[in-house]
Amino acid sequence: MTDNIITSLADTSFYKIQRRIALKNCGVIDPENIDEYLAMDGYMALHKVLTEMTPDDVIQVMLDSGLRGRGGAGFPTGLKWKFAKGYDAPQKYVCCNADEGDPGAFMDRSVLEGDPHVVLEAMAIAGYAIGSSQGYIYVRAEYPVAVKRLNIALQQAREYGLFGKNIYGTGFDFDIDIRLGAGAFVCGEETALMTSIEGNRGEPRPRPPFPAEKGLFQSPSILNNVETWANIPQIILNGADWFSSVGTEKSKGTKVFALGGKIRHTGLVEIPMGTPLSTVIDEIGGGVPNGKKFKAAQTGGPSGGCIPASHINVQMDYEHLAEIGSIMGSGGLIVMDEDNCMVDIAKFFLTFTCDESCGKCTPCRIGTKRMLEILDRITSGKGTMEDIDKLEDLAYYIKDNALCGLGQTAPNPVLSTIRFFRDEYEAHINDRHCPAAVCKELFHYVVDPDKCIGCTQCLRNCPPFAITKTDYIAEGHKLPSVKIDNDKCIKCGACIEKCKFDAISKQ
Amino acid sequence: MKSMQELAAIREAMKAEITLAGKPGAKRVVVGMATCGIAAGATPVLNAFVDGVKEAGIGDKVSVKQTGCVGICQYEPVAEVYDGTERTTYVKMDAEKAKRVVEEHLIGGKVVTEYTIGATEV
Repeated sequence: MTDNIITSLADTSFYKIQRRIALKNCGVIDPENIDEYLAMDGYMALHKVLTEMTPDDVIQVMLDSGLRGRGGAGFPTGLKWKFAKGYDAPQKYVCCNADEGDPGAFMDRSVLEGDPHVVLEAMAIAGYAIGSSQGYIYVRAEYPVAVKRLNIALQQAREYGLFGKNIYGTGFDFDIDIRLGAGAFVCGEETALMTSIEGNRGEPRPRPPFPAEKGLFQSPSILNNVETWANIPQIILNGADWFSSVGTEKSKGTKVFALGGKIRHTGLVEIPMGTPLSTVIDEIGGGVPNGKKFKAAQTGGPSGGCIPASHINVQMDYEHLAEIGSIMGSGGLIVMDEDNCMVDIAKFFLTFTCDESCGKCTPCRIGTKRMLEILDRITSGKGTMEDIDKLEDLAYYIKDNALCGLGQTAPNPVLSTIRFFRDEYEAHINDRHCPAAVCKELFHYVVDPDKCIGCTQCLRNCPPFAITKTDYIAEGHKLPSVKIDNDKCIKCGACIEKCKFDAISKQ
Repeated sequence: MKSMQELAAIREAMKAEITLAGKPGAKRVVVGMATCGIAAGATPVLNAFVDGVKEAGIGDKVSVKQTGCVGICQYEPVAEVYDGTERTTYVKMDAEKAKRVVEEHLIGGKVVTEYTIGATEV
């Protein structure tokens, strides 16, 4: 502090409430220098498991820690490893899911770019635990900096003898190959990801058999998300009790969220599981800007749901989020205010999943398309009340019958917005009105003649010449006000942008 | 291939460099160079720090490093100065601001308050 001005990030309310485990080294060390990772006790956990622990010990620590998959589904990591260890095979594989694709999520990229060695070390630990000597990192080609730093990290680790043959002189071999994904969202699904690593078109396949039995190249395999990996070396070094003391009864540790949307402080936020959403929004994020009201927060991206203002005190953990129809997801947290139309949000996410559906199974390929058509109808003012029921029917059908996680969760944004914002759907259908003034066909621009001073800035900038002068001169003004012809208006919003007198509004 | 002793030596030496423990007067500058930082213009900031420290001949006292994402998107580019136990977060940096931080903070020892996180509106 200098002159009562906060000069350090560590003293800000954005940072103080956070608890950094997965992000411990991000923004602290040089990610392209293995020596700096070593200084932060790097590769000591690997040394500990190789010299002091049996594979069963390692798995027991993972089970005791209560660590669950940070990719979103929350499957216990230790259990996954235990299953994979239980199958005998000449070769097993350890995979890292770095195919981060949710709109608005960038936690995994930050870990890969800020602390690549932590992922490598954790994967080697898992290799020892399940009996594997080969790992794969599946990372999006859209993350060139992450790919570059992973390659540098791998090279350095090999040079130091921390990767490759006979690590730490213990006879344990482990190495990693990096595979680049072409950016298909479905490749974040575990079976599709493995199919893609094998060199095939990235399509999911039915489970069982689960990857722990028959995964990559038909061999027992585990797949964990980047953030999951980032927790593991510290769990080994500090013990399961240390880790499980953070968080709630069933959700242990911390979760990283990519906080974005209508919030004053956007950024990466790592908080203990169970922290109330209101703490994240108000204290860490600094609240909703421009005096607007908080309307909802979206978690889990295209697989998740919206948390309305009435549930703002919900604890952010796997159980409580599932209870209100959302999911933890990989960690995207998008804040919405009164200017966001919830039907439009549902349409946005469904457009995404419909585009990204791989097309292998019918419920997802055709079902999402039909749902999207209905949403299109509703947002263009042609919906009927039966459409809401049809949406729900289709949603449950797709959830029950789609082949993989993409399809099974794709209807979630629609279901959750219908559950909490049914009135908005009804306004679109019955009143042909979009309350948030987002859906173009369902609102119009209106000039307040008493506020308009007749400067004609709007008139001169209107592309379809929809604005004309009237005869009305408001009291105290010298020039006549203008009006908008709704038949000609294309709802581009140029007028409202140009008006310095707040005379134009959306209604 | 490094022996256990070599690794331990690297670990100790580097720990001192990062925590600045037992190094009175030493400073460490880190510039956020994840994709987000680079896109916001962190590269010229990093270069300005490296060049500034070199020109001033204080390379033995001040280390300049790139780092990953600090997590404060709208403040990028971000540079942090560690001076003993004191941590200063400079935000919305550019090359000119970096030059001033080199002169006043790294050489002069005085925090450039107006560039810090608390003095910057977003």
